[in-house]
Amino acid sequence: MLILTCPYCGVAADETELHPGGEAHLTREGPESDDAAFEGYLFHRKNPKGVHFERWRHSHGCGKWFHAARCTVTLEVFGSYAAQTTEPPQEIREILTARRPGWDQEAKA
Amino acid sequence: MSTRLAQGGRLIDRAKTLRFTFNGRQMKGYAGDTLAAALLAGDQMLVGRSFKYHRPRGILASGAEEPNALVGLGTGDRFEPNQRATVTELFEGLSAGSQNHWPSLEYDIGAINTKLARFLPAGFYYKTFMQPRAFWKHVYEPFIRRSAGLGKAPAAEARDPDDYEHYYAHVDLLVIGGGVAGLQAARIAGQAGRSVLLIEQGPVWGGRAPVDGGEIEGLPAEEWVDRTLEELTAMPNVRLRARTLGAGLYDHGYAIAQERVSDHAPGAQGPRHRLWRIRAERIVTATGAIERPLSFAGNDLPGVMLASAVRDYLVNYAVSPGDRTVVVTNNDDAYRTALALLDAGLSLPAIIDARPAGGGALMAEAEARGIRVLKGKGIAKATGGARITAVEVCAQAGEGACEETITCDALAMSGGWSPVVHLWSHVGGKLNWDESENFFRPDPQRGPVNHDGNAHVAVAGAANGHLGLSEILEDAGSAAARLFGSAVPEAPEASPRDEAPMAPVWLMPQGAKQALRAKAWLDFQNDVKVTDVQLAAQEGFTSVEHTKRYTTLGMATDQGKLSNINGLAVLSQALGEGIPQVGTTTFRPPYTPISLASIAGEAKGALFQPVRKTALHGWHEAHGATWEPVGHWRRPYAYPRPGESVEDAVNREVTAVREGLGLLDASTLGKILVKGPDAGRFMDMLYTNMMSSLKPGACRYGLMCSENGFLSDDGVVARLDEETFLCHTTTGGAERIHAHMEEWLQTEWWDWQVWVLNLTEQYTQIGVVGPKSRAVLEKLGGTDVSAEALPFMRWCDGEIGGLPVRIFRISFSGELSFELATPAHHGRELWDKLVAAGEEFGVTPYGTEAMHVLRAEKGFIMIGEETDGTVIPQDLGLNWAISKKKTDYIGKRAQARSFMDNPDRWQLVGLETLDGGVLPDGAYAVAPGKNDNGQVNTQGRVTSSYHSPTLGRGIAMALVHNGPERMGEVLEFAMTDGRRVPAKITGTVFFDPEGEKQNV
Repeated sequence: MLILTCPYCGVAADETELHPGGEAHLTREGPESDDAAFEGYLFHRKNPKGVHFERWRHSHGCGKWFHAARCTVTLEVFGSYAAQTTEPPQEIREILTARRPGWDQEAKA
Repeated sequence: MSTRLAQGGRLIDRAKTLRFTFNGRQMKGYAGDTLAAALLAGDQMLVGRSFKYHRPRGILASGAEEPNALVGLGTGDRFEPNQRATVTELFEGLSAGSQNHWPSLEYDIGAINTKLARFLPAGFYYKTFMQPRAFWKHVYEPFIRRSAGLGKAPAAEARDPDDYEHYYAHVDLLVIGGGVAGLQAARIAGQAGRSVLLIEQGPVWGGRAPVDGGEIEGLPAEEWVDRTLEELTAMPNVRLRARTLGAGLYDHGYAIAQERVSDHAPGAQGPRHRLWRIRAERIVTATGAIERPLSFAGNDLPGVMLASAVRDYLVNYAVSPGDRTVVVTNNDDAYRTALALLDAGLSLPAIIDARPAGGGALMAEAEARGIRVLKGKGIAKATGGARITAVEVCAQAGEGACEETITCDALAMSGGWSPVVHLWSHVGGKLNWDESENFFRPDPQRGPVNHDGNAHVAVAGAANGHLGLSEILEDAGSAAARLFGSAVPEAPEASPRDEAPMAPVWLMPQGAKQALRAKAWLDFQNDVKVTDVQLAAQEGFTSVEHTKRYTTLGMATDQGKLSNINGLAVLSQALGEGIPQVGTTTFRPPYTPISLASIAGEAKGALFQPVRKTALHGWHEAHGATWEPVGHWRRPYAYPRPGESVEDAVNREVTAVREGLGLLDASTLGKILVKGPDAGRFMDMLYTNMMSSLKPGACRYGLMCSENGFLSDDGVVARLDEETFLCHTTTGGAERIHAHMEEWLQTEWWDWQVWVLNLTEQYTQIGVVGPKSRAVLEKLGGTDVSAEALPFMRWCDGEIGGLPVRIFRISFSGELSFELATPAHHGRELWDKLVAAGEEFGVTPYGTEAMHVLRAEKGFIMIGEETDGTVIPQDLGLNWAISKKKTDYIGKRAQARSFMDNPDRWQLVGLETLDGGVLPDGAYAVAPGKNDNGQVNTQGRVTSSYHSPTLGRGIAMALVHNGPERMGEVLEFAMTDGRRVPAKITGTVFFDPEGEKQNV
C-alpha cells in the first residue's frame, strides 16, 4: 500500500485515503479533434516500466487532485505536485535527473 | 508408541493437567502443550487421512509448516476447520476432530484410492472428467467433492459469536520473528532509541535456539533469550507481542499481522483475534528456516517426522515419538536429534546419512556415544500401515536394493533447511540459489525499497541463510543497523557453526525406480508425489507455475512450506535445468492462513457500513415503510398498511397521487451548488444542454455525460442568481457527480472561477404531488403558488406553514407537483404539517416504487434503468436536451464517433404486452437466426417494466434496434423458461401525452 504526500495539505497519506486517476499530463481533445487524436486522448495510456506521472486525488482527505512521479518497478516516489500544470515542474525534473538519468528520453520513447 | 517421558519438557507445567477430546476420545495433556504434543503423548500418531488417496497421516512437524495434522476445532458456532494441531495451544475442554475420513479415522473406505493411485495421476481430473458435459454437474463433481477435500465448512446457520478488531501501529522498526535474530535486531534498534514492534507467531520466544543449544555471551541460549526479553521489556520504546503472526508485507512498509489474543484462553475478555495494520519505516524479517523432508518411498507414513520436530517434542514437551527411532539425513543438524534421543534414554538403532563421508563434529560425537552411523546410505522404503514399522536401507547412489531392514516405530528425517523468505518475497525481494547450502536466500542487492528509494526491508538470521548462532547474531545486528545507516555494532560472542557441508538429496535413493518414486511424497497435504511432478514435466508443463497448478503441488493450506523446494528440484532434474533457472512460484500473503473474521474486524452487522438516513427516516419507520437501499441511503420503497401486500400498497400509492395528493421524501436527491463568475461557462461544459441561458428563477432538466459520451446523470437545474446554479442529481449520483465536477475544475479548467459544494444533506426535500398539491400548500399558506405566480419549471423562495422553503415547480410524475426544500432541521416539522393539512385531500406518502411507476407511465427515463454506462442520450430520444449551438461539452466529441453516431444503435421505445401482463425486467427481444456461438440473436431488451394501475396493464420501456421507426410492430421476448411473450412497440409516454395534468 503506497504512501503519497498530498502537496496541498502536506499529509503523507495511505493509499486507502487516495483515489487513483491514471496517467497525468494528458491533453484534452475537443470536438475539433480528428479521430486518431481523440482515440489517443480517450483510450491510449502509457504503461511504462519505470518513471511514471500519475494523477491522484486525496479523496478521503482534503479532496484535492495532485500529481505524483513514481517508479512503477521499485515504487520509489520522486515527488508529488499540484495538478494545475501541464508538465512536471522543474523541481521534480531535477530530482528525476539526479536519481534516474535519462528518464526524459525514456518518457518520450 | 509415542508417549510422555517421565522427566523434562521445558514448556510444560506438569502441575496443570488439561482435559480435551479427540474424535470424542477423552485425553489429557499439560499446560504449555500444543494439541499435537498432547496427541503424541497419548499415542495418537494417526491424525488424518490424506486429501486424494485417503492414506493414513501422522504428525510431521512441530510448527506452522505442518501439512497433515489439520483438525476441526470447537463445535457449533465456534467450529473451525483446518486448524493445525502443531500450533494450537492446548486448553481445558478443547474439542478436536480429524478430517477427510469416512466412516472413521481408523477405517476409511476412501483408502481404496491408494490402491488405485496409478490410475489417479497428475491432471487426472482434467483428463478423465471432460465428457459427457452433463456428467460434470451431476456425477463427477459431487463424487469428487465427497471424496476429496479437507475440513468441512461450518454449518450455514452458524454465526461466529466472537469479536475481532483492527489495530493500527506506526513504528520505526517492525521485527517479525522472536527468535535469537529477531531479539537481537530489536535490541540493537531499541538501544538506539527507535520505536520497535517485535512480533512472534508462537507463544514462546527464542525460536529454535533453546532446543538446538549453544551459548551466547557466555550463557546457554535459553538463558540469553530470557535475559534479552527482560532487557527489551524494560525498554519503553519497544513493544513485544507473542502469538502475533507477521502475515504479509506490502508496499512502502505496510505490514499485516494477526494476533491470536484468546485462542488459547477461550472466554477471555476482549477480541479473539486482532489484525495489526502496521506502517513501519523499516522492517526486519527474522522468520527462521524450515526443515525439508526427504523424498523416499513411504515418507508419508505416520511415525515419519521431521528431525527437528522430533527434537522439539522431546525437549519442549518431553514427548517421545517412538521407542525405536531411526534418523535419516543429508546434513549435520539431524545429529542433534539423535543426541537428544540418546539424552532422553531412547533407543536409536541407526543414523542413515546419505553423504558418503558422513558429517563433521556432531557425527563424531554421536559415534563416540556409540550410535551406529550408516554413511552413503539411504532409505529404499519405509514400511508399515497406520504406523511405520521398519525401513529398508539401501545405497543412496543405487536404485533401492535392500541391504538391511531396520525395525523402528519412528523415523526422524532431515533434507536440509529452507530459509523462510516468504515475507521478503511478498514485497518483491529477489532470491539467489546458494550452491553450497542448497537453498534460496535473499539477495540484498535486489530488495524492495521504500517511498524514499531506500532499502527498508532486511532479512536476518536463518531466514537470511545463516544457520549458526554466531553468524545469526552478527547478521541480525548488522541488519538492524544498516537499515538506519548506523554503524554495525560488535556481535555478541556465540557458538559458531561447526558442521560439515550438506549434500543435496532430492530423491532417495538417487536412482529410485518408478514403483518407489510413486510412493515418495513431495506435497503431503495435496497428495503430490515425485512421479506426478515428473509426469507434468513429461507432458510439457515446463514452467514451475504451470506444474504447480497441474499437479496442485504447494496449493494446499500449507502453501508448500515443506514441499516447494523438493518439488522444484524434482522438476528441474526432469527438465535437465538448474534449480535457479526453473525458479520458484510466487510467494503471496498471508504466510499462514489468518481468519477471515479478523480481516473483517469490526465491520459486521450494524457496523458493516454506515446507513444514511434522511430527517424523515423516523416517520417512515413508524409508518411501516419497507426499505430500498439506494447508495448508502435507505429510502421507503412503499408504505404497506396492515394486511396489505407491498404490491397492493404500490398500486394504492400510485392511484392516490394521480387522483389526490401524494408526499415523497426526495431528500436523498443530490443538491450541488455551482457558483462563481464562470459558473455559466462551466455548466455549459457539464451538461449537454445550454445552461448559461437559463434565467434566474427558472429550472431546466439537464443531462450529464462522461467524456466518452455515455449518459451519466440527469436532474433539474435551478438558476439561483447570475452566478449560482443548484444542480439536482440522482440519489446514487450525488457524490460521484460532485467528484466529477471537482475533477474537471481542478485538473482541466483550473483557471475558471467556479466553486462547487455538495449540499445534499443540508436540506429536506419533499415532493408534494397530485391534483390537490396546490390546495394543500395554499391551505398551509405563506407563498403564492398559483399558476401565474409560480409557473411550471420555475422556483421561488418563501414560506409554507411558517417554515422557510424553496419551492420548485417541477414534476417527475406528470402531475401538478411542487418540491419543497427546507433546512434539514425543519424537515420533520414541514412533513408533519403537510401530512396534517393533507388529511382532507387523502394525503398518501409514497415510496420509490410508486415513484418509478409514475415516471414510467410518463416515459421519463431513470439513470441506472434506461442507462447502463453504454447508453448515450441520443439512444433515449433525448436529442431535444442536447444543445446544437454549443461548440463543446463533456462527451460531445465522443458522441460524434462512428460507433455512437450510428442508426443501428438500439433506441428507446415503449412496449405493450398483448395480454396485458408484465414483462420481466431485462428480457431480450429475439431476432431471427443464431450467432456464431449458437445463441439466439437479439434485437432489443427491456429496461423498465411495471404494472400500471392507472392503465390497468403492464407497461415497459425497451431499447430496440431501429425502435422508433417500428411503431406497432410486435416483438417476441424470451422468458427464462423458454416461452416467448409478444409485445407491441409503442411510444414511451403511456399516460397524458399532452401533459395536461401538470399544466394547471
